[in-house]
Amino acid sequence: MAIEVRIPTILRNLTGGAKAVDGEGATLSELITNLDKNYPGIGERLVENGQLRRFINVYLNDEDVRFLGGLDTPVSDGDTVTVLPAVAGGMR
Amino acid sequence: MRFDSLLDSLGRTPLVGLPNLSPSPEVRLWAKLEDRNPTGSIKDRAAFYMIEQAEKEGRLTPGCTILEPTSGNTGISLAMVARLRGYRMVCVMPENTSAERSQLLRMWGAEIHYSPAEGGSNEAVRVAKRMAEEHPDWVMLYQYGNQANARAHYETTGPEILADLPEITHFVAGLGTTGTLMGVGRYLREHRPDVQIVAAEPRYGELVYGLRNLDEGFVPELYDETVLSTRFSVPSDAALRRTRELLDKEGIFAGISTGGVLHAALGVAAKAVKAGQRADIAFVVADAGWKYLSTGAYEGTLEEAEKRLEGQLWA
Repeated sequence: MAIEVRIPTILRNLTGGAKAVDGEGATLSELITNLDKNYPGIGERLVENGQLRRFINVYLNDEDVRFLGGLDTPVSDGDTVTVLPAVAGGMR
Repeated sequence: MRFDSLLDSLGRTPLVGLPNLSPSPEVRLWAKLEDRNPTGSIKDRAAFYMIEQAEKEGRLTPGCTILEPTSGNTGISLAMVARLRGYRMVCVMPENTSAERSQLLRMWGAEIHYSPAEGGSNEAVRVAKRMAEEHPDWVMLYQYGNQANARAHYETTGPEILADLPEITHFVAGLGTTGTLMGVGRYLREHRPDVQIVAAEPRYGELVYGLRNLDEGFVPELYDETVLSTRFSVPSDAALRRTRELLDKEGIFAGISTGGVLHAALGVAAKAVKAGQRADIAFVVADAGWKYLSTGAYEGTLEEAEKRLEGQLWA
């Protein structure tokens, strides 16, 4: 088992068009590092100066990771991580 | 129960257990049936409070015109109260909301101005603000920034839930105007400091969001992030699946936004089970499914229903 990461349209050029990819790691930060190894460039699209980028939302099993612990949020096999660009209707 | 009038029967809605969807006897789900309000939604509470407040302040006098941006339920509630109190009602509503909402609004005498689908509720707010400038004599109660909206829930919904479920650990509701979460959230925190306040917001597909810029997010003036413990973003397919489950497993015929709220409630329930913690999770059934029958959400397979729901606002 692995962690499923759902990729938004604007980042699919980095995943060869894949809508979802698998990754590994004990925290969101490790997961992103692992993703960047397989899909170079994706890390910097998500993280800036050690923080999630402002206009990127990341959800762990549909829960906003900003309320969970940000990049330090623990993740485990079977989880689903969804990456989305922040859009209108989002309320930040 | 006997009441002097329909408006007097507002609130005091049932809180019902979900024996089949609750994961265990230690982790229980409870549904607050807000469809049992005069026009069939939780918005009756806010509408009544906002009109009462405006009357008290002298902003609303007989013959006045009320203007409101709404995706439907608030408009329907306001239209009903407006009709009884002798006000004219003008609603600004996104054009991609269900047909029943328009019919109900007109039935209670409201006039409808449609705003473009692309901008969703945010665009309806912008259009309404523009119309308010053009008609300074109209009264915009403005549910997104009206403290009477949150106060309705602080004074009624919150106390009702605590009285019925003193052991409450989580409260889950949809995030729209944020009035329910702010009002109930503040009340519960005052009485149960450890309570978790959980927001469920709709996540629409690219058909709805595709044409927008990334940075034009709209934050309701009522919103105070510190009241919330966490936020879930619920995709349409999950909301639809949960709406069906609520019907199949518990017999509750709820609107689609309730499916989104249930999805978040089941999310926190699963976490409680994993952590070995007791939980009593109350969530809001904002309205019943009647107004959404024409969306096809309750017919055929889930996949067919999802396809039909694409591009429509369901919360």
